[in-house]
Amino acid sequence: MSKANLLDRRQVVSTLLANRKDVVAIGGLGASTNDICAAGDHARNFYLWGGMGGAAMIGLGLALAQPTLPVLVITGDGEMLMGMGSLATIGLQKPSNLSIVVLDNEAYGETGGQTSHTSAAADLVGVARACGIRDACAISTMAEVEAFAKAVHDVSAGPRFANVKIDSASLERILPTRDGTYIVNRIRGDLGFRPI
Amino acid sequence: MHARADAADTAPSWPDDIFATLQRFDVRQVPYVPDAGHSKLIERVLSSSTMRGIPLTTEEEGVALLAGAWTGGQRGVLLMQSSGVGNCINMLSLIPVLRFPFLTLVTMRGEWGEFNPWQVPMGSTTQGVFELSGVQVLRASNAAEVPAVLEAAAAQAYNALTPTAVLLSQRLIGAKVFTK
Repeated sequence: MSKANLLDRRQVVSTLLANRKDVVAIGGLGASTNDICAAGDHARNFYLWGGMGGAAMIGLGLALAQPTLPVLVITGDGEMLMGMGSLATIGLQKPSNLSIVVLDNEAYGETGGQTSHTSAAADLVGVARACGIRDACAISTMAEVEAFAKAVHDVSAGPRFANVKIDSASLERILPTRDGTYIVNRIRGDLGFRPI
Repeated sequence: MHARADAADTAPSWPDDIFATLQRFDVRQVPYVPDAGHSKLIERVLSSSTMRGIPLTTEEEGVALLAGAWTGGQRGVLLMQSSGVGNCINMLSLIPVLRFPFLTLVTMRGEWGEFNPWQVPMGSTTQGVFELSGVQVLRASNAAEVPAVLEAAAAQAYNALTPTAVLLSQRLIGAKVFTK
């Protein structure tokens, strides 16, 4: 059920990707990867079905390889907590074309809704900022989501990080392809790379 | 304070051989968790104009990074020591699923004259962990064989997408000793 002041995850993600142009979007293991698919399958969607904690680092590798391409990681609080050190690695590299959005429902939604550390103590915005990601903010309105979606296209001003408090409603699962090799090669093809 | 027992007394040239091979294979991203045995190679990478050295907080970050790098069209190599291999295990599952070129160079501890018992369990299982995870293992035990081993490893990793780890043995890098 929706609570007051909490955003709807699908509305957040569809707004982030509504005018995506050349954005490569990486969805972390869990509901985030489904949200990206629900916003519309796309050749530049990187769906993760495993490798928990790795979404931000995949984003970093891609952002460093393609510095003029906007790279957007959309993941959950549990996935981000597992890869929290990667915020320090990103803060050090400062890729100006990388944006990270955490959809924070304060719970492990895929495994039964157990509360996560963000429900009581952990402040991921504070972590990101303390790791050297200066443009780090908490988002609580759709207007802020819209502004962030625009900022993603500015590949000279990142890295940027946003934590969006979302409601914990379990939504219909929109399942993307699980074929990782297809996912990677589809993105590579769209970027103009040939198979080996 | 510490010093290497033998090989480090004279500056080794095998890290230069590794660097030259990586350069020839157009390796661009070099994530690493520092190790004394990799220090010269890391220095070469950090002063290179074509490679980017990327310090990690933990080794599994490097596996995910290489997946992203390849998706964006770049090759990478992960530098770590044997104890870091254990940190990577679940993230190694990305390699067969996403099928990106994976090459890692691992400086070995916990073997050949090791003095620190805490290094032995992970050092003893490093090769087995890789093999169970679908990563082929090659080993260099002396400086003379480094160029050929690196050449073979890079060729099969980048040309044939064979996930490959090169173990740089403690015999090669010199057993670490601590002195007061």
